[in-house]
Amino acid sequence: MSSNDSTEWPLWEVFYQPKNGKPFEHAGSLHAPDAEMALLNARDTYARRNEGIAIWVVPSDQITASTPEDAGPFFDPANEKPYRHPQFYSVPRAVKKRS
Amino acid sequence: MSTFDEIPKTQQEALRTVVLWLADDRLIHGHRLSEWAGHGPELEEDLALANMALDMIGHASSLYAYVAKLEGREEEDYHAYFRDDIDFTNCAMVELPRGDFAFTMARQFLFSVHAFLLYQALMDVLEDEELAGILKKHFKEIRYHLRHSGEWMRRLGDGTDESRERVQHALDDLWMYTGELFTSNAHIEATVRFEVFTDPATLHAPWMEMVRQVLDDATLTMPDQNQYMFDGARQGRHTEHLGRLLAEMQFLRRSYPDASWT
Repeated sequence: MSSNDSTEWPLWEVFYQPKNGKPFEHAGSLHAPDAEMALLNARDTYARRNEGIAIWVVPSDQITASTPEDAGPFFDPANEKPYRHPQFYSVPRAVKKRS
Repeated sequence: MSTFDEIPKTQQEALRTVVLWLADDRLIHGHRLSEWAGHGPELEEDLALANMALDMIGHASSLYAYVAKLEGREEEDYHAYFRDDIDFTNCAMVELPRGDFAFTMARQFLFSVHAFLLYQALMDVLEDEELAGILKKHFKEIRYHLRHSGEWMRRLGDGTDESRERVQHALDDLWMYTGELFTSNAHIEATVRFEVFTDPATLHAPWMEMVRQVLDDATLTMPDQNQYMFDGARQGRHTEHLGRLLAEMQFLRRSYPDASWT
């Protein structure tokens, strides 16, 4: 979507951190005229039910995404290399409990 | 006879007076904000306005519940639904029709600066721990309302020709209703005497300072301070707009007093 000659506000992606130490998760997107308003709108749109402790907003057009055509070269090779997965090792019970 | 013929004679009565007008301000302002639901200029702003409306109605509800407890009533609905306009003690600013988005944001901003300073002062003065706890909870949301409306003042003022003109008009129209936030009356004097309230005049200088800072940022002009100032709403002398607002807000509850959700 080109936003250059549109009268719509630019699109932003919203990420929130559910807890200290946890990775940020994608919450959704919204429109806002600038970064500060995007943060405030994110609070009003996605942070009303105790979802997290921190928010990131990122201009959507700053995200470089893979295309569906990339799926083959990007992801298929992993199918034949099960040894890259760590599930052949038994996990100590203490570690299991923690996760 | 209206509620205002009796000046508070005890500390508890004085406290009740203060909490009631705090609650009335928030209920009426919250109702005006709720009128934006579905009409916001953008989806995100629609949500923000509805959030602020819910915040303020929530503040009113907890304050009415506190008053109801002081009075030995079972529930807080009485104050919201069964009083007439002459018994409401909200300032006139919050009952004015919602106007355009610039007007709504300008009012939100002027009101939020006042709420911010007022709550700070009250949390200092009030000894009642339950009430202090209630105010502390509201204060977090007030800080957000102030930030949200302040950011909009900057963007509307320093925005397009149209947004600038609209928000400047809104400020000019609202200004005559700001004097009331800082004037005293026999009731307020009694609350100050019983040490449940600070003299509202002391909030004026810091209010002007905070408003001026944002208006300077927004390249807006401070309205003339020496103009006619509306007064009397805290004693029940309201503008014509409150009666119509109450008619809509109270209609259902009054027509079906025993109605319930289940």
